[in-house]
Amino acid sequence: MAPQMETMTSQLEETKKAEKEYTGSEILLRSLIEEGVEVIFGYPGGAVLPIYDSLYEGHVKHLLARHEQGAIHAADGYARATGKPGVVIATSGPGATNLVTGIATAMMDSVPLVCITGNVPQNLIGTDAFQEADITGITMPITKHNYLVRDVRDLPRIVKEAFTIATQGRPGPVLIDIPKDVSNAKATFHYPESVYIRGFQPNTDPHPLQVQKLHEAIAKAQRPVILAGGGVVSSGAADELVKLAETAQIPVTTTLMGIGGFPGTHPLWMGMPGMHGTYAANHALLECDLLIGIGARFDDRVTMGRIDKFATKAKIAHIDIDPAEIGKNVETFIPLVGDVKKVLEAVNENVPRSQSDDWIKQVDEWRRNFPLTYKPSADTLKPQWVIQHLHDSTGGDAIVTTDVGQHQMWVAQYYRFVRARSFLSSGGLGTMGFGFPAAIGAQLAYPDRTVIAVTGDGGFQMTAQELAVVALENIPVKVAVINNHCLGMVRQWQEVFYEERYSEVDLSGSPDFVKLAEAYGVKGWRAKTQEEAVRVWEEALRHPGPAVVDFWVTPDENVYPMVAPGAGLDEMLMGDEEN
Amino acid sequence: MRHIVSVLVNNQPRVLARVASLFGQRNFNIESISVGESEEPGLSRMVIVTNGDARTMEQVTKQLNKLIDVIKVQDLSADAAVERELLLVKVGASPSSRGEIAGIIEPFRASIVDVGTHSLIVQVTGERSKLDAIIELLRPYGIKEMARTGVTALARGSKVKTPVHS
Repeated sequence: MAPQMETMTSQLEETKKAEKEYTGSEILLRSLIEEGVEVIFGYPGGAVLPIYDSLYEGHVKHLLARHEQGAIHAADGYARATGKPGVVIATSGPGATNLVTGIATAMMDSVPLVCITGNVPQNLIGTDAFQEADITGITMPITKHNYLVRDVRDLPRIVKEAFTIATQGRPGPVLIDIPKDVSNAKATFHYPESVYIRGFQPNTDPHPLQVQKLHEAIAKAQRPVILAGGGVVSSGAADELVKLAETAQIPVTTTLMGIGGFPGTHPLWMGMPGMHGTYAANHALLECDLLIGIGARFDDRVTMGRIDKFATKAKIAHIDIDPAEIGKNVETFIPLVGDVKKVLEAVNENVPRSQSDDWIKQVDEWRRNFPLTYKPSADTLKPQWVIQHLHDSTGGDAIVTTDVGQHQMWVAQYYRFVRARSFLSSGGLGTMGFGFPAAIGAQLAYPDRTVIAVTGDGGFQMTAQELAVVALENIPVKVAVINNHCLGMVRQWQEVFYEERYSEVDLSGSPDFVKLAEAYGVKGWRAKTQEEAVRVWEEALRHPGPAVVDFWVTPDENVYPMVAPGAGLDEMLMGDEEN
Repeated sequence: MRHIVSVLVNNQPRVLARVASLFGQRNFNIESISVGESEEPGLSRMVIVTNGDARTMEQVTKQLNKLIDVIKVQDLSADAAVERELLLVKVGASPSSRGEIAGIIEPFRASIVDVGTHSLIVQVTGERSKLDAIIELLRPYGIKEMARTGVTALARGSKVKTPVHS
């Protein structure tokens, strides 16, 4: 080719480049790259073939799960551990509906996710086409917002809006449903730097007058309590919370979602409140004269749904990014709408000291007289002891994910978290099968931290197929199966409230989890005594790859303290007789 | 207590479903709902008649405001709003009773908009109580079919009411 010709051709290519058109799927991936997405969790299928064809280029890392539920919980774990939005892709129909539990899980716990589903081409929508599901209709009540993309030219704006909505204000999941013809259609690509969404203007700055009112209330308070929830964690306000508690001398209780938002080693920490809360936390809530709820939603597992018995002597101040949470469950005297971190920064300026000297002595006395207890035993394994050992062996600094049930409560009680975003658990929806895939997401975000998935023999079997992923990618998640050979929490309720009529809680027939792990190429261990547990857990921690440790614990252990449903926080079953 | 909630929404597909779904999801009651264009292109106005105590109504407005497609929510108290509904009612009517029916509906400023051999259709607009009254008066003639639009409403006066929790 003559040199002039070459120049001409390259000039022509330049012009072509300037007006280059991309397919919808390329536009989608370019938009995700613009958003700084590091990893996509997903599962392919017919309606997302164009998207997976674009992924083939390898510009964005994709982790192939073995079930869409595994993919979305992994994206969720990534998001909870980092604060960055998790991204998941699934195909139309069953792929999309398999995301539903994960979307609802993220919605209940305010986790930022962007969920991308394929759909059948627009000319087939509404015809009951193969693998068609109305996923925008199905997910309407469990997403913060969702989109059905009708025109490829809208795609960059919609992706930008989705990330904005998922992460700004109270975080939450957003779903984008992309029909196959939109993925294939072509358009030029310009990614907007920002978008203006008229109906979405979260208010993050606190009202100065309310800050002043809170100062006055703190100065007068003799028995103040801080109830800290997930909002402290998601807004990154852990340091500000410590400063407030220390300066104003206010004891702190952290809800399940708030765990890690205040150091579990701090002298002002009272533990978790509510149904399985500590004596000190619950009695502090009963007796306090000022209750400051911070990023907490006064859920029925905290109040027991008995508002008539909850903090009846207290004025309630409530700090939350979501105005709808203020006054939803409890009457609020001092509403403070705003980003928790910003609000606490404002409150911490000139915050007075409360008159809490006697009160803190009282709280200390409760803590001393009514600590969490169980009866350890050397030749059997107590589940509480296992959790304590997980804590001690990692210095409280691991990322720990859980499933739902007894083991979840024991982690909340016995693992003293010192860092925010370290305890990842499905608090609101209570999703079994969450813990293991969530640990995969967290480990991808933090390859060098110890990530432990504490699960039960029930929950593990709901998403155990993801062992293939940790084996293949050598993701060093440590799975601690708290194996009591039954559905422990349901069994506990049947024991306490249904006269020991144990209905369908026996999990006989479960596989040998060590062999199951090995079948996937993951190393497995089993422990039935304390001595074995110490030894194999150390080996598992030292092992550079993923590990499954099957702890055979005593099957009839119950979680105490316990407040029966419908009872007030003053009616705690301490479980003394049993322990 | 009965409330009329006026909701300005993006005129987007599914916006009615989003609002209706929210009411179901949060266990709020919908007595009637009417939707149409608003003064601003691209926005529709939904008028929802609901009931609940002060705390429920606070939640209704706050939860509505959380929907991305909701631009503004106003809780119109009954006396500060003009409230209208349209009723079409098909009444059994022989040629001999037509005059009588015309006489009954006249004080209501209602009109007969269709006449058949054995029936006629009456059209009337007004407040709910007025529509209820005319239905009772027409009932003896035999109501064959009936359709009501549900209430639509606007705040009175030139001043636009301040939005609640927007």
